Amino acid sequence: MIIQLNGEPFTVAEGTETVADLVAALNLASRIIVVEHNRTVLTRDDYPHVGLQDGDQVEIVQFVGGG
Amino acid sequence: MLKIGNHTFHSRLFLGTGKFPSFEVQKKAVDASGTEVLTFAVRRMNIYQQDQPNFLEMLDLTRYKLLPNTAGAQTVDEAVRIAHLARASGLCDMIKVEVIADTKTLLPDPIATLEATKILVEEGFTVLPYTSDDPILARKLWEAGAHAIMPGGSPIGSGQGLLNPLYLRYIIEDSPVPVIIDAGIGSPADVAQAMELGADGVLLNTAVSGAKDPVKMAQAMKWAVEAGRLGWEAGRIPKKVVATASSPKEGMLD
Repeated sequence: MIIQLNGEPFTVAEGTETVADLVAALNLASRIIVVEHNRTVLTRDDYPHVGLQDGDQVEIVQFVGGG
Repeated sequence: MLKIGNHTFHSRLFLGTGKFPSFEVQKKAVDASGTEVLTFAVRRMNIYQQDQPNFLEMLDLTRYKLLPNTAGAQTVDEAVRIAHLARASGLCDMIKVEVIADTKTLLPDPIATLEATKILVEEGFTVLPYTSDDPILARKLWEAGAHAIMPGGSPIGSGQGLLNPLYLRYIIEDSPVPVIIDAGIGSPADVAQAMELGADGVLLNTAVSGAKDPVKMAQAMKWAVEAGRLGWEAGRIPKKVVATASSPKEGMLD
């Protein structure tokens, strides 16, 4: 399965079925991030309930320095 | 005490977190400034280089309130989207609405700023719009429910100080919500001037992060905020065109 992750094609490994799986696979579970799935902003509680499908658009953002 | 929405702050200095020379200097500068509010931008994570240190993750988040901005947004929809992303972190309900209309001046789009403010107020955010020094626009923003107004003193990062103190004064005198002077401040003198005009606070970034010694400058800015505020509360003397002696005229020696 290939998704668009932060604007780039990303191949999702077998067994990665939900946003929670994806976040865990990317080692981001303990980081301060926010995930948007097909333009819907998710909270952390949503991650296990949102399934991934081919062609999904996923954005993973963080807070960076800014004024 | 400064009250914005449901939040109260002892410090009237808000500090941006961009462009510091190192995280070590930045941490010391944040400490020296005494700030309780730190601004951040929301950006895509570089998932291939995620071991890069992240300043926010190094902070004791019980000590600071986060004020994420919508910087990068050029439209109402983009600003609202960034605000939604920021709030979903669960770390904040405040948002600095920043919709930039022009890449040269970095001046805000007044119409989009007002529209985004209306939407985000309706959605329950604590909304602090970055605006120009236009007093009428400022009024429309607080009429729309903005919890504070953040007029720029001069273009972002320019260090030009307060280019139109008269208009800033109009905004301050008119506004029932706090006015935070944001953008363009270059020196402690600019900060003191803003506070002496009656501003409720200032938001600084480049003036501190770009100083030769950001930690010293953060300390100077802290004192400038306090000095300016005290001066405003004390009430300055009117300016006169004639001299008035401070020493008594009586009892002079022959």
